[in-house]
Amino acid sequence: MLHPMQETAIEIRDVAHRFGSETTALSPTSLTVRRGELLCLIGPSGCGKSTLLNLMGGLLPIQTGSVTVMGEKVAGPMPHRISFVFQESTLMPWYTVLQNIELGPIFQGASKAGLRARAEAALQAVGLSEFANHFPSQLSGGMRQRAALARVLCLDTDIILMDEPFGALDEQTRMVLGEDLSVLLSRTGKTIVFVTHSLGEAVFLADRVAVFSARPGTIKTIVEVNAPHPRTPEFVTSPEFAELRNRLYTELHEEIRRTMGPGMRAAAAGADGGRVQA
Amino acid sequence: MRALPRLVQIGFVVGLVLLWHLATTTWHVSPLLLPRPALVVAKAWSLIVSLEFLDPLAQTAGEVAAAFAIAASSGLIVGAFVARAGLRVQVAEPLLTAINAVPAILFFPLFTLLFGLGGGSKIALGATIGFFPIVLNTISGLSNVERILVTAAISMGASRMALLRHVLLPAAFPSVLAGLRIGMTLSFLAVLGGETIASFDGLGHQIADAAESMESATMYAYILIVIGVAALLNQLLARLDSFGARR
Repeated sequence: MLHPMQETAIEIRDVAHRFGSETTALSPTSLTVRRGELLCLIGPSGCGKSTLLNLMGGLLPIQTGSVTVMGEKVAGPMPHRISFVFQESTLMPWYTVLQNIELGPIFQGASKAGLRARAEAALQAVGLSEFANHFPSQLSGGMRQRAALARVLCLDTDIILMDEPFGALDEQTRMVLGEDLSVLLSRTGKTIVFVTHSLGEAVFLADRVAVFSARPGTIKTIVEVNAPHPRTPEFVTSPEFAELRNRLYTELHEEIRRTMGPGMRAAAAGADGGRVQA
Repeated sequence: MRALPRLVQIGFVVGLVLLWHLATTTWHVSPLLLPRPALVVAKAWSLIVSLEFLDPLAQTAGEVAAAFAIAASSGLIVGAFVARAGLRVQVAEPLLTAINAVPAILFFPLFTLLFGLGGGSKIALGATIGFFPIVLNTISGLSNVERILVTAAISMGASRMALLRHVLLPAAFPSVLAGLRIGMTLSFLAVLGGETIASFDGLGHQIADAAESMESATMYAYILIVIGVAALLNQLLARLDSFGARR
């Protein structure tokens, strides 16, 4: 899905963030998220990509600079515009999958009428219909993240912020979920910002990939991925994919070296270079 | 194989009764200290069929119920109030834990001065002792809710009330339930203990009274009845626990 409407969904201007007086989590950063695109944030551990995501979603107070979402200044969570998928499961363990999916709309005062059907449709979209009445503890990690995806589909916000949603899953599950996500999203035209450690995941999913510099990070460069959604397994084996992946790897490599510090060089020489996965 | 542990348990009880019987016959332990098991069972049976046990049981049960009601309601309210702010937890939790370490039975003489020798002093003691596990478990349950679940709920637009109802209370539920269970058991023990020290009525009073008037068989018979009541209570609380675990 290329972006026919080059409108702005999220406008970030000179936003920086500190935790306490010591730690700078994010150096001044500006970024424009286009409407309907999938933008990946990738970078070394602790570079501030999750911080930036939380600032966009109003989950952290904005200390300097400004964030505007669909023309509206962010001052707190905007449940009607933005929904989240987190790395850990955020399904309430005491509710069934279906009840969990209905929870967001209930928080927002949705009427009961039609809600059940909406939640069931969302579950069907992620292939979890059979598990509607299971509790989260009865599902695998991958199924739980599918359910989290269904919750976001049911909330039906224009913008979805995802913080390493597949980060805790094994490689195979992550691959399948990535493919499914690509298919799901090519239908809906939603704006998505997706934080990941995985180069392959970033290239596979994103329209654009923003690469962060080492801590305290800011966006170093943005790489465009010009391939139509839904992306297929053939795309993964194509030369373009390999070329983009290599380019991201080169961009990231020196940043990761910098986070690791000189003392770590010898030890890291044989490792995979920080937490970036192929 | 599942029957084996049960068999061993039954064997243990039978063995105990057998030893008891042997002690009173072949080993000649004084019947004042230890009457024959058959005599004790007969006495307990007569207390039961004559319904003589009902009055002291009703007295004790009423005291336990009142003590637990006070302990539970105050424990839940104070716990919920403290857990609402991190600072309050930091101040109150160590304080409550420290007070809980003081043996509350020491206050029983004071309670008899304040509330008399009747049910009031037992209720006060049971409520005081039952209060602490309930308030401490409520605080820990409410303040140890996973942050990410709260964040997720807020990101979906949960109001304060909705957060309490759909996230905080269900998350705290198992811990609160455990606190109520321990509080109930402790209230029961405290009331019985108070009754044996100074009282007019109740199961504990009957036991102490029988001991003082050297009616050993009656004393042991009431102990048997208390064991029966405790076993019933334990069953009830175990039900409650499995209800909590099902969620």
